[in-house]
Amino acid sequence: MHFARLPDTNVGTTTTLRTAARRRDGLSDTDRLKLYYYMRLTRACDDAILRLYKQGKIVGGAYTGRGNEATAVGSAFALDAHDYLLPMHRDLGAHLVKGQTLRNIFLQQLGRKDSLTRGRDGTGHYADPPLRIYGNVSHLAAMIPVAVGVALAASLRKENAVVMTYIGDGGSNVGEFHEGVNMAAVMNLPFILIIENNQYAYSTPVERQFAAEKLSDRAAGYGIPGVTIDGTDVELVHDTCRTAVRRARKGEGPTVIETLTMRLHGHSASDDASYVPAEILSEWSEKDPVGQFARRLQQEGVLNDAKEEEMERGITRAIEEAVDVALANPFPPPEEASEGVYAP
Amino acid sequence: MAVMTYIEAIARGMWEEMERDPTVFMIGEDIGAYGGAFKATKGFQKRFGSARVIDSPLSEAAIIGAATGAALVGMRPIAEMQFADFVTCGFNQLVTNAAKIHYRWHLPVPLVVRLPTGGYIHGGPYHSASTEAWFFHVPGLKIAAPSNPYDAKGMMKSAVRDNNPVLFYEFKYLYRRVKGEVPEEDYTVPLGKGEIRRSGDDLAVITYGSTVHLALEAAEDLARDGVQTRVVDLRTLAPLDEELILETVRATGKVLVLHEANTTGGVGGEIAALIAERAFRDLDAPVRRLGALDVPVPFAPSLEEAVLPDKERIVATLRELNAY
Repeated sequence: MHFARLPDTNVGTTTTLRTAARRRDGLSDTDRLKLYYYMRLTRACDDAILRLYKQGKIVGGAYTGRGNEATAVGSAFALDAHDYLLPMHRDLGAHLVKGQTLRNIFLQQLGRKDSLTRGRDGTGHYADPPLRIYGNVSHLAAMIPVAVGVALAASLRKENAVVMTYIGDGGSNVGEFHEGVNMAAVMNLPFILIIENNQYAYSTPVERQFAAEKLSDRAAGYGIPGVTIDGTDVELVHDTCRTAVRRARKGEGPTVIETLTMRLHGHSASDDASYVPAEILSEWSEKDPVGQFARRLQQEGVLNDAKEEEMERGITRAIEEAVDVALANPFPPPEEASEGVYAP
Repeated sequence: MAVMTYIEAIARGMWEEMERDPTVFMIGEDIGAYGGAFKATKGFQKRFGSARVIDSPLSEAAIIGAATGAALVGMRPIAEMQFADFVTCGFNQLVTNAAKIHYRWHLPVPLVVRLPTGGYIHGGPYHSASTEAWFFHVPGLKIAAPSNPYDAKGMMKSAVRDNNPVLFYEFKYLYRRVKGEVPEEDYTVPLGKGEIRRSGDDLAVITYGSTVHLALEAAEDLARDGVQTRVVDLRTLAPLDEELILETVRATGKVLVLHEANTTGGVGGEIAALIAERAFRDLDAPVRRLGALDVPVPFAPSLEEAVLPDKERIVATLRELNAY
């Protein structure tokens, strides 16, 4: 089976190589604990979103990213404050690392008056220019050319800033993927594309989405580097992205990074994902990004039960506060619906 | 005051904006070293450099998408579609991204997309289309459609300075056929304001772009019989100058809505509906529409002439309207 082959062979080889590199150029224990904190925070937020969904409080669907925490957190952690982030719908962790507040996250999820989009759009579909976050749209790959344009502007203004954006295994088959990555390559822009290959595009497995061995192989067709890595290992993801960010900042152009992950639930909260074979899920659950990193940090003495409990308490309290604030905020008044189609 | 062609006036408007504002840049196919398929950007790359006059790959979605992204973070791009027909390949970027950003994010998208449009040039089904009605339906896009050199320069400058995505329709038929006086100084023609090109109180033609000139010729014919036709040039389709349309109905009572685009689902239908809803009592005859036949624009001159509106059909329709 196509998806079974990926974690065993590809990742195995790549991981061994990249793990050696990490030991040479590793993060401080403080930064490693930060990575772990953001992954736990991301998962706790997703769990809170799903609770609110079950309570009927979420407006519309709930799209969470269980299984993708290492990719979202590790990649965004490689960015500086003046770099641009154009995330996707499984990348809540990237929003948080880039500095988004829990209050804004839940106001958006709940479609409230004081949300960043003032209720005009939901979830991560917002922009926050001071944080240099520009959210996604539902048309997959449509933001890739936009991200290229942000990189073009950054390059014209000599900002020395990097643009990081994301797509999935499904979205990588949309035409704008090709046009955007090709243009970024031709113009040698500071552009990094993370392809989150989480094995399923809604219900469609990867073997019905593409025939290539690896999605990163496409990079060769654009004349830029591409790499496939284990997307469940946050330090590996961070290390790989940091290398790509350094390349981009030095003017050496775009990089494509395919991270192999597993969507550990349905496409949205209304999808039970019964089409995913149970053995695939259990195999990937053993590689759960959060548990995997916790075990490593515990083994290396960086994390202990007391620290873990303290972190847990802080996260729970912060999320409860943010959810309370968001729930207390009203929906936008209907008379605002016709305002703001055009800029003054 | 210099006498310029329509295309020279467009180029002049862009040139002055490029000189005035360093955030203005251009992106499109063959626009740099080659100067553009119609030579609208001839000399720009030499003057402003290849960083600001960017020859892009053949990728309409990426051109419009990248221009949108750059506009989102404070640049003022002018993107060129080589022909308006090819905007289909970038449709998603305009409709999904550019048009909706301000409503969702409250951020300006100061983007101009240039669209050499229309027929009467024997370009066939893929180089003659009128695509404005598709975008007329989309909230968040502005649509400019100048008919003469003075407006072309002034509206281009307004479009570049506007904080919204502006689709700038340039009528290829007019590029080198229409000349006019264009002031050398800085001036703008506001978007959203139409203009009366010819006075008359017996009946009116409401139109834009290439067919303004056909309407003026037709009005001359009717004038020989003592019938005075007002010719309204809308200049901008979005926002639409509703007040000028309604005032025209009040002044004349009989209206022909004319455009080069296909009749069904065209901008003319919306204008007719506006009149029916808000000026019904001022009408002395049913509103007439005249556009292209509902077929693609064909290649052979005999077929193209049969499809696109011409002076004879406009005169015939106006005479029927006058006799009503």
